Amino acid sequence: MVGGAEELIRKAVRALDERLGSAPLLKKTLRYVFPDHWSFMLGEIALYCFVFLVASGIYLTFFFKPSFQHVIYHGTYAPLRGTEMTKAYESTLQISFSVKAGLLIRQAHHWAANVFVAAIVLHLMRIFFTGAFRKPRDINMWVGLTMLGLALFEGYAGYSLADDLLSGMGLAIGYSVLMSIPVAGAWLAALAWGGPFPGGEVFIGRLYIVHVLIVPLAIATLLAIHLAIIVRQKHTDFRGPGRTERNVVGTPLWPSYAFRSLGLMLGVVAVLFLLGGLFQINPVWLWGPYRPDLATNGAQPDWYIGWLIGALRLMPPLEIHVFGYTVVPNAFFGGALFPLVVFGFLYAWPAIERRKTGDRARHELLDRPRDNPWRTAVGAAFFTWVWLVFVAGSLDQAVAHLQLSYVQQIWIFRVAVIVLPIVVFFVTRAICRDLQRSELHPLDRRPTRVRRGPSGGFETIED
Amino acid sequence: MIRWLVAAILLLFGRGKPEPPPTPGLPPRPTHPRAELLALALLALVPGAVVVFAVVYFTSANTQLLGLTLGGAFAFAAAAAALAANRILPQDTHVEERPELDHPVEQAEVEELVAEAGEGVTRKRLLVLAAGGAGSALAGALVLPALSCGPDATKILSESPWRRGRRLVDEHGEPIAAHAIELGGTITGFAEGADKERMASSVVVVHVRPDELDLPPERTGWAPEGFAAYSKICTHAGCAVSEFRYPLYDPTSPKPALVCPCHYSTFDVSTGGHRIFGPAGRALPQLPLEIDGEGHLVAAGDFSGRVGPSWWGVRKS
Repeated sequence: MVGGAEELIRKAVRALDERLGSAPLLKKTLRYVFPDHWSFMLGEIALYCFVFLVASGIYLTFFFKPSFQHVIYHGTYAPLRGTEMTKAYESTLQISFSVKAGLLIRQAHHWAANVFVAAIVLHLMRIFFTGAFRKPRDINMWVGLTMLGLALFEGYAGYSLADDLLSGMGLAIGYSVLMSIPVAGAWLAALAWGGPFPGGEVFIGRLYIVHVLIVPLAIATLLAIHLAIIVRQKHTDFRGPGRTERNVVGTPLWPSYAFRSLGLMLGVVAVLFLLGGLFQINPVWLWGPYRPDLATNGAQPDWYIGWLIGALRLMPPLEIHVFGYTVVPNAFFGGALFPLVVFGFLYAWPAIERRKTGDRARHELLDRPRDNPWRTAVGAAFFTWVWLVFVAGSLDQAVAHLQLSYVQQIWIFRVAVIVLPIVVFFVTRAICRDLQRSELHPLDRRPTRVRRGPSGGFETIED
Repeated sequence: MIRWLVAAILLLFGRGKPEPPPTPGLPPRPTHPRAELLALALLALVPGAVVVFAVVYFTSANTQLLGLTLGGAFAFAAAAAALAANRILPQDTHVEERPELDHPVEQAEVEELVAEAGEGVTRKRLLVLAAGGAGSALAGALVLPALSCGPDATKILSESPWRRGRRLVDEHGEPIAAHAIELGGTITGFAEGADKERMASSVVVVHVRPDELDLPPERTGWAPEGFAAYSKICTHAGCAVSEFRYPLYDPTSPKPALVCPCHYSTFDVSTGGHRIFGPAGRALPQLPLEIDGEGHLVAAGDFSGRVGPSWWGVRKS
């Protein structure tokens, strides 16, 4: 049997090589070296989530009806029988209650979106704090950031399709943020919705094609570019014995890395199915159908939209008016300017750091966070700022648990988002410098490494 | 049956095929019989979990059991792959050289190749300028069809179904009797005959004591007997202003107010919908009310301002 397989592989390799000349490339691919570190897996998790999202999403399109046509519900979920709703919402209920394994796939799809963005954000933080974005990888950081932006929009478009109460409220907020853009806002909103809010068949048709085709295609294209650049440049690595700026040390693709990655993929799928089956997410039947005159208290979006809700809630009531006319509505600051600043900072960071350090060299070896206290401190302050705004998005949930009024909490956070990042900057920088110093020899303050020799004695390695 | 059992035992605990003799000069690869046994067991669990998954699918189709069995099947396979990668397969470390990315010679050659296009062209700058202009014009031409995606924004934003004498109806289309709303109560009303889904259609009617009202002088009589109507759409981010704060508890709630549950903009109903907390920058538009001869709520005119989230150029009040 094993002999048969070997024969089959030999034939396939020959047949392909005789037609495509593929053997040298195949040989190189099988020997492609991957450096080992757990944090290098984060991007891979995001990749497998994307594959899962596409597959489960295709399944959902077989049942979902992107239509705002009104129907009276007569399905299996008794509490909503006789309720007027759109076909979009009705078909989402049908997927959840009448399609066998439909709820499993729907929930696994929703969970996958959450895990997808989480993996991307952690991957981004790894890239930032290890300096992996330095030349030649600045270009790939921009590709990745664009994919993050698309992933956020894709998730928002996805849960907005169901047309339950929460998704409608989310669309109302999205419409308002678009409206708030100076000069062009009202026109952009009218163009996007194809008419007045909440829009008709035209609007949900657009939202659907954006969610199931345009954005996934854009992400897939950028993903291909992202991976092609990695293949060309090869992966970064941490400093270590035998590792230089000009080589890669690690596990070859075949056999162990391929199996490791296969294991990771199967593991991601396992976790997503377990989450989808065992942990309820977005129970749309509890929210009811959307109508613009309806809203519910304590509404929370998917976690990756929380930072925008937080910014909208935390923003003081500042608006710019000229002669009694609105110029910049309030929703612009939290809903549009804040994400623009966050993404702008991240896009600009490679250039900012290059300007500050004057370092234009190619870097293949990564920094540990402590190796660059200034970058780590700025990054820690920046992510603290975004994270605090994110937490501010769910302060209403905390009212019941903490004995603080919502108004008090908002004021505490308005102060904290300014003060805490500054504190975090100095504390982080001090910790990094202290960690650096702890590696130095206490007497001569020169980096010291000690090795135990074959005879059992110790010797100092001079760098 | 017994022959199958023997075969299975042999398969699991047998020594396997003898390894080919090692390459001279290299130590033989270590073998991992225990890890292989564990991987076999894990791989055997995969079809087992899939069978249970299938049984659940064809019987109860219980979502939790489906997730548990399908996720379990993938988890066993993942564990087997991880075991293979980290315990069974060769753990070699390889070293590869990185490609040189910098090619100074070719860079100069590419520059020359690109510059070849300009040789013999006399009015280079003018031509480039003209080409740039032509390109921009083409791009501009392609923007125009995009404008067909939506209607004239100014028309949408100025439309309102409210006129003097238009009745307020509830969500079933029945006229609203003023005295059906008790003190401190609210009801959502719509313009009779209008599309309920339009932002300008819905209002929230609140009932407070007339002496609690302190409306601006030009709005005298807009809230007969303490019935005041405001647009139900928040001027901040378009959510429904669906919470009403009443009765009042002195330390926290000095005034009867409407609250939007999305970002907690809070509007004072006694003084004409002014914002008293939260991010909204504009007051909630008020609808003047009358009570007709049959005791039903009727609009006495249009809103005091534009309905819905703010935009560039909307009047502040």
